[in-house]
Amino acid sequence: MAIPNYWRSIPQRYRYEAAKCTGCGKIFFPPRIVCDECASRSFETINLSRYGKIVTFTVIRIAPSQFVDQAPYPIGIVELNDGIKICTQIADCNPDDLKIGMPVRLEFRKISQDGTPGIIQYGYKAVPVK
Amino acid sequence: MRDVAIIGVGMNKWGELWKQSIHEIFVEAALEAIDDAGVDHIDSMYVGCMSGGLFNGQEHLASVLADYLGVASIPAARVESACASGGLAVKCGILDVMSGASDIVLVGGVEKMTDVSGDAATFALATAADQEYEVYQGVTFPGLYAMMAHAHMHKYGTTSAQLAAVAVKNHANGSKNPLAQFPQLITVDDVLNSVMIADPLHILDCSPITDGAAAAVICSLETTKRIDKKPIVKFTGFGHATASIALHSRSDLTTLTATTEAGNRAFKMAGRTPADIDVIEVHDCFTIAELMVLESLRFFEPGQAGPATEAGLTQIDGKIPVNASGGLKSKGHPVGATGVAQIIEITKQLRGEAGDRQVKNARIGMTQNMGGSGGSTVTHIMEVI
Repeated sequence: MAIPNYWRSIPQRYRYEAAKCTGCGKIFFPPRIVCDECASRSFETINLSRYGKIVTFTVIRIAPSQFVDQAPYPIGIVELNDGIKICTQIADCNPDDLKIGMPVRLEFRKISQDGTPGIIQYGYKAVPVK
Repeated sequence: MRDVAIIGVGMNKWGELWKQSIHEIFVEAALEAIDDAGVDHIDSMYVGCMSGGLFNGQEHLASVLADYLGVASIPAARVESACASGGLAVKCGILDVMSGASDIVLVGGVEKMTDVSGDAATFALATAADQEYEVYQGVTFPGLYAMMAHAHMHKYGTTSAQLAAVAVKNHANGSKNPLAQFPQLITVDDVLNSVMIADPLHILDCSPITDGAAAAVICSLETTKRIDKKPIVKFTGFGHATASIALHSRSDLTTLTATTEAGNRAFKMAGRTPADIDVIEVHDCFTIAELMVLESLRFFEPGQAGPATEAGLTQIDGKIPVNASGGLKSKGHPVGATGVAQIIEITKQLRGEAGDRQVKNARIGMTQNMGGSGGSTVTHIMEVI
């Protein structure tokens, strides 16, 4: 990923910053500048809940080149407690034990490395709540 | 607004066409379409191509291809909507003829995917997903459809054997299509025992990487009066819709809203319902996609497309024949060309030229071409007049 792109998404990847529409209360992650519900252009910054549940998941067995060393790895869609859904890897688990509906929390983890000399890219991964 | 007919089709054998360039495969298909139409010129051209830049290092494709086709000077445009680029090219051509700006238009699609390694092809395809919030996390296209499949199984009890039945049926159809990339017959066990790509999708649940092109000549219905020979096939409806490209942004992971919207628009324009359709080509990039598309278009109730496929209702001699061509699964999936190839199959079916895979008494046909994990869809309804 290009450095400017990575740099500008740090508030989302490190701090889960989202935009909450001041018109209707809809939350957007990543933030947007116009609401698709009420067309408001006014937002406040909030931090997403770090807890949620697995809505669906798969196990990636044939991975993109920068993730080959991690395969096979589970990845899923997690619905956070504030209703926002995100796509995230599910770490620290045996894929066979995962179930739809299982509670998880988000943790700050290394996601991938951009080539040999490239930047290490961080972000969130879900971890099952014991 | 003017009525629009399709008067010529052209498509080459799809596969790993290492000896040919993107220019050659496109021009081959285009010339065949022009010859089939029997026209001596085209007024304009639309080409669907998802990523000439990433697959071939070549953008500005419309001019390149018009030049190699020997028609440079005409207006030509390359259009992109990921895997729905071909269907979009057809729609743009129809609008061009409808408006009266052009009379005879070449609509085509092309993708030359094997000029790069498998890794690079995977990267190029993944650009149809949300780069920053899906691909960044390590998801792949099979992974996105696998998550839809898992959600569908959880909600409706859809089984891996039902998914496999889609692949088995489409390969059986493709075995009767001389242009198909993978015409081999397969069994449910072959699918279930094939290597797992992203649970629950096996490699035989996935469409392949393909080089290929497809082209068609369309014109005003009035102009067809000057051209004899074939049954006239007319476009009676089309629909086009978008949805969030990020799967996680959708409220329901088991339905495809852009497909429902694009389907409704085409049905309304044509004054038809799913019950009127004799034959349909849908975007089976993965087996689960065919089931979800059939449900989203309301050919079956939610959760019923799997059992219906297992019961043979979507076979060539079934209640609603789906992907008589072999679909993306067996025919191949050169992404930009797929939507045009669907139009070609329906034209052949309606003309009665589909050979061993001919659907009996096909009078009304439909196509559904989808981008990414469902972020865009283009539909067409065609009828013999």
